[in-house]
Amino acid sequence: MTFSVTAALLAAEGAEKSGHGGIPVIEPATADGVFALMWLVIALPLAGALILLAGGAIAPKALEAWGHLLGTLTAAGSFVISSMMFVALWGRAEDDRSITQHLFTWIEAGRFDVGMDLLYDPLAALFLMLITGVGSLIHVYSIGYMEHDARRRRFFGYLNLFVAAMLMLVLSANYLGLFLGWEGVGLASYLLIGFWQHKPTAAAAAKKAFVINRVGDIGMSVAIMLFFVTFGTTAFAPISAAAEGASSATLNALGLLLLLGACGKSAQVPLQAWLLDAMEGPTPVSALIHAATMVTAGVYLIVRSNFIFERAETAQTMVVIVAVVTLLWGAVIGCAKDDIKKALAGSTMSQIGYMMLGAGLGVAGYAFAIFHLLTHGFFKANMFLGAGSVMHAMDDDVDMRHYGALQKAVPITFLTFAMGYLAIIGFPGFSGFWSKDKIIETAFAENPFVGAAALLGAGVTAFYMTRLMLMTFFTNRRWAPEVHPHESPKVMTVPLMVLAALSVLGGLLLLGDWIVTWLEPVVGVAEHHEPPIAPLVLTLIVTCVVALGVATAWFLVGRQEVPREAPQEVSLATRAARADLYGDAINDRLVVRPGVTSVWALSHMDRVVIDGTVENASLSIAGLGGVVRRLQTGFVRSYALSLLAGVLIVVLALLAVNLR
Amino acid sequence: MSLTPYIVLSAILFTIGCVGVLTRRNAIVVFMCVELMLNASNLALVTFAKQHGNLDGQIAAFFVMVVAAAEVVVGLAIIMTIFRSRRSASVDDANLLKY
Repeated sequence: MTFSVTAALLAAEGAEKSGHGGIPVIEPATADGVFALMWLVIALPLAGALILLAGGAIAPKALEAWGHLLGTLTAAGSFVISSMMFVALWGRAEDDRSITQHLFTWIEAGRFDVGMDLLYDPLAALFLMLITGVGSLIHVYSIGYMEHDARRRRFFGYLNLFVAAMLMLVLSANYLGLFLGWEGVGLASYLLIGFWQHKPTAAAAAKKAFVINRVGDIGMSVAIMLFFVTFGTTAFAPISAAAEGASSATLNALGLLLLLGACGKSAQVPLQAWLLDAMEGPTPVSALIHAATMVTAGVYLIVRSNFIFERAETAQTMVVIVAVVTLLWGAVIGCAKDDIKKALAGSTMSQIGYMMLGAGLGVAGYAFAIFHLLTHGFFKANMFLGAGSVMHAMDDDVDMRHYGALQKAVPITFLTFAMGYLAIIGFPGFSGFWSKDKIIETAFAENPFVGAAALLGAGVTAFYMTRLMLMTFFTNRRWAPEVHPHESPKVMTVPLMVLAALSVLGGLLLLGDWIVTWLEPVVGVAEHHEPPIAPLVLTLIVTCVVALGVATAWFLVGRQEVPREAPQEVSLATRAARADLYGDAINDRLVVRPGVTSVWALSHMDRVVIDGTVENASLSIAGLGGVVRRLQTGFVRSYALSLLAGVLIVVLALLAVNLR
Repeated sequence: MSLTPYIVLSAILFTIGCVGVLTRRNAIVVFMCVELMLNASNLALVTFAKQHGNLDGQIAAFFVMVVAAAEVVVGLAIIMTIFRSRRSASVDDANLLKY
């Protein structure tokens, strides 16, 4: 009770200062009208997951036949509610766009009081639209993609579970609820990567993702504890008001811990190694979880915690460093992969690096990070689903060296994929052009080196995406004669078309700086600086660099015959990129082997020293028993004699004592 | 009247019983020797009660009798069971419980 009063006081105090430093304080209004349905957004897919996963025992036949439709309907229902809320939120006054709904008291133990509270504000609204929108499309696509899978009901159950957890993540009004969703998406990701668990590689990839994510989760959970110790609460609103008063060391620690969590979930260096293996999951999963939504949770976390990062300079710098390293790291990996999904995964890693870069640049970059997150959600989901459609056509072959000249065979997939491709490389006018350009521009304003790295990344992105495009849809035909590529059914191509349209038109969000204004209540107003390079010139430079990347790819890949087998005589750099820049080897050397060695040493010590002591003690007692038991002769009269002797000794002893 | 002869008799009886227990093989005889020892101690108890002029020793003797009666019941039953199963009443034959 005392705490909630303090929190309210803090919030009130913060409200007066809300202009201070330009970092907004969250002061949510209570949900009413259409916002009262907020809980349904999460509850619908959660109910779907429960029915699909637990209902198999009750009505297996019906769920087998209708389960996928139920799963799709719950996701679509969430989308409808999200859209209604979005429109309603748009209609409200700009400083009144933060709405909270208290569902129930979750944990109440002394001063520790956590409510199951939801917070709907412009940031959450955008995420809701992305998750439920792209999520629904991917549900529809999965109906076709998983048609011949015997466990389709379970697949949709997991997908629903994921959507519910992801919505919990972005709707929660406190860090503990966010963590609940955070772990929920981790679980769903684990289940879905390992969905084809009969493949040992899939099972191993699922485990790997889970374990590496746990490392990040340590950061998250310690951060939550630190939040509670410092502020006495884990809710965003009171923390955003009280963060002003915290020491800079605490804020930096919080920022770095949150960054660790974000690195795990968003596959940022050094916790990046799991994302490439995560491609073992079904392709819609890669599109939904490992491209469009879950992996961007780290970006959400940082933007949501802007009230911490804005006051923690070291942590913010670390975000930029991590982002720059990752955006180049992922891009380099993407250049050498022949597996279409892994090339896209490297690209995802790199693009999330861009988002993190935007988030690390502070107030000026938050909106663009989220903008790029949205456009990336569109075009990357589009391309992953496109890749799934190509795999569908090619009998689940993922090796691009077995593709080639597919644009005639799968025309719709090709066209939609091309839209995503043009968007990601930043072809003028397409969504990625606007979003990436803005991040590069902001990066140049912050630091020329960071800007240059981002610019280089854009060039490399253009290279590897063009390579992917050429190897898949153009160049010489390399498929085996028994493969008959065919276009996917409507249920798969329609989502592709919608996503392709969004990839093209996503840039509209920037029209009149709409998204910047929209997010201002959450992240604050950026001070306007005169950019060191005029935006138009920079755009021109970026476009030139992109053109250079495309041209390089054309000269290296498009001009000549692509061999069906990957050449083995390659440069050191290619070899390194093929091996994921030795990410696994580094983990192996730095973590796994020392871990295995220390575990071996400990277990050895346990066996030799501790077990040895105990076992030798018991063995010697057993040996003594072996000697002494010879006294038990079974000869009754000898027992009687020893009894007598004992009595005599006692009597004599007593006499000796008494007589003295 | 000197009580010494009673004590001496008690000691002699106890010794006879003791030697009997240690040397005889027949379980019945061993049992009888045990009874002899108990009664020897009873005699000693009664003698001391007389010597001290109170009834403590006599009461103790009663207790011993009761215990002895109970012991006879259980003991004889055991001996009989052993005899039935082994066709022998020798205490040396009942030697299964050993190392």
